[in-house]
Amino acid sequence: MYTLLGEELNLQITSHFHSSQQKLRSTIVITSRGCRSSKPSSPIFRVDCESVFDLLKLSTVDYQSLGISYHAMSCHVIMKKFLSRKQSEENGVFADMVSSQNESSLLSSEGDSQRTQYPYVTGTSVIGIKYKDGILMAADMGGSYGSTIRYKSVERLKQVGKHSLIGASGEISDFQEILRYLDELILHDNMWDDGNSLGPKEVHNYLTRVMYNRRNKFDPLWNSLVLGGVKNGQKYLGSVSMIGVHFEDDHVATGFGNHLARPILREEWREDLTFEEGVKLLEKCMRNLLYRDRSAVNKLQIAKITEEGLTISEPYSLKTYWNFAAFKNPTVGAEGSW
Amino acid sequence: MFRNQYDTDVTTWSPAGRLFQVEYAMEAVKQGSAAIGLRSKTHVVLACVNKANSELSSHQRKIFKVDDHIGVAIAGLTADGRVLSRYMRSECINYGYTYESPLPVGRLVVQLADKAQVCTQRSWKRPYGVGLLVAGLDESGAHLYYNCPSGNYFEYQAFAIGSRSQAAKTYLERKFEKFPESSRDDLVKDALFAIRETLQGEKLTSTVCTVAVIGVGEVFNILDQKTVQSLINEFEISGEEAPTNESAAEQSGGDAGGAAPDQGGAAAEEEAAPMDI
Repeated sequence: MYTLLGEELNLQITSHFHSSQQKLRSTIVITSRGCRSSKPSSPIFRVDCESVFDLLKLSTVDYQSLGISYHAMSCHVIMKKFLSRKQSEENGVFADMVSSQNESSLLSSEGDSQRTQYPYVTGTSVIGIKYKDGILMAADMGGSYGSTIRYKSVERLKQVGKHSLIGASGEISDFQEILRYLDELILHDNMWDDGNSLGPKEVHNYLTRVMYNRRNKFDPLWNSLVLGGVKNGQKYLGSVSMIGVHFEDDHVATGFGNHLARPILREEWREDLTFEEGVKLLEKCMRNLLYRDRSAVNKLQIAKITEEGLTISEPYSLKTYWNFAAFKNPTVGAEGSW
Repeated sequence: MFRNQYDTDVTTWSPAGRLFQVEYAMEAVKQGSAAIGLRSKTHVVLACVNKANSELSSHQRKIFKVDDHIGVAIAGLTADGRVLSRYMRSECINYGYTYESPLPVGRLVVQLADKAQVCTQRSWKRPYGVGLLVAGLDESGAHLYYNCPSGNYFEYQAFAIGSRSQAAKTYLERKFEKFPESSRDDLVKDALFAIRETLQGEKLTSTVCTVAVIGVGEVFNILDQKTVQSLINEFEISGEEAPTNESAAEQSGGDAGGAAPDQGGAAAEEEAAPMDI
């Protein structure tokens, strides 16, 4: 007698050898037993051993030699074959559950294609900087479906609680999921109804834990996040990637922003930027991204968070300059090309 | 206590609407040796009396560090106190891991109170027989809470629990109005005085009491014996005069920090029974 473990059910296969008869008839009793209960429930059904062994194509002689010890896998195979045969009338719910659970738990190691393999609808860079009164963040409103710019009004900057602002690049649906997690987090924080509230540092760390744990399950949330805020006069700006890499800095960017915007910020960022200077700096970076990042769209929002609160601007466009000579007459110097 | 026919089970109400088992649990707190706490705007001090069972044994630990910013003093069943301290440490560390931030004291205290309440509503459990004075510092300032076995919690400026705590409470009631502005050292002195009140004439030495402090710029730490003894000597030696009345003591106390408590303490010693009991 031994046990097959399903997810919720223990299958105990006990074989009874009936009284001395010329022809040894064994019965396999299949019972289901909940994982935590100690007494077995009544048998689901009794199966005539002969018919089971028919599946194995064993002769009568082998009954005796086999006795009770079957190889685990082969018995599983027996059960699967047997149960799938007997599924319809005799067995009802339990056997169905048993068979399907056996299949999923014991046999399949593939078939878990519920994991994130690649992103589908993505947002491009987010840039964040600290300035005199708080944090400024900029992101465009594009959602690309591969190389197509499919959605042009995606809000990628959102408020989190009283003190924080989050901006996301990467898979938009995963961002929406993250917003749900954060919503629940802030809800529970508010439900305490004491004077305390989660600040940007706490939210950033929470997100780091979430992203890192998902990465460990090989099922990441395909985003790079920028988290900024002000609490009790303390400014905070941090970033988390989809594999859980996190850090804190005076200016952060995701995606292409790392390559195109941060060099500008390294040169021109200062501790005491005013709001206007900060916006100009961000617009300079966004314009650069607009020219050079193919997934950027010319419709952006800038968000500001200070001790007083948060404002996300209405969407607007940047002025761009395309009047270069080479653009006007692109085929000059290479006749016949287009 | 009187025997009641409604006191067998914690889940049985009495006709008067009382849960006797819970009240008996609170009695257990009163049996434990005294623990007191007091706070200012920036510091909280915990102090307790350590009575060893015999001269041969060491005394029981009644003050536990829960985190850098939270400590607890217990009175009652020490074993229950130890278990609850472990729970508190676990909660603090988990919060710190997820949020990289110290757990706000008020939240820890509510979690503790909810845990205690569960035991008052299950027939197979009993209430915790320990009262906890939780001292902590967070963003909203310094806090001192008292957690009952009943699952109630209250915030205090100063409080005392355990046996003969009434004496300490009386002392604290006289002094508590100046606590918010007290310095750290004054707070410790007041704590030691309050402890002495509970000793009812026995000599206060550092072997008998434990003091712990938490405050701005100071993580929760238990003062070592030498420091405590030197503090005791400091206020016992100075101040031999007896105050004629309490108002005089209060007035001079306002100006000269430790002078008034010294006088009050000296007076108590002279009027009380001889020191060598």
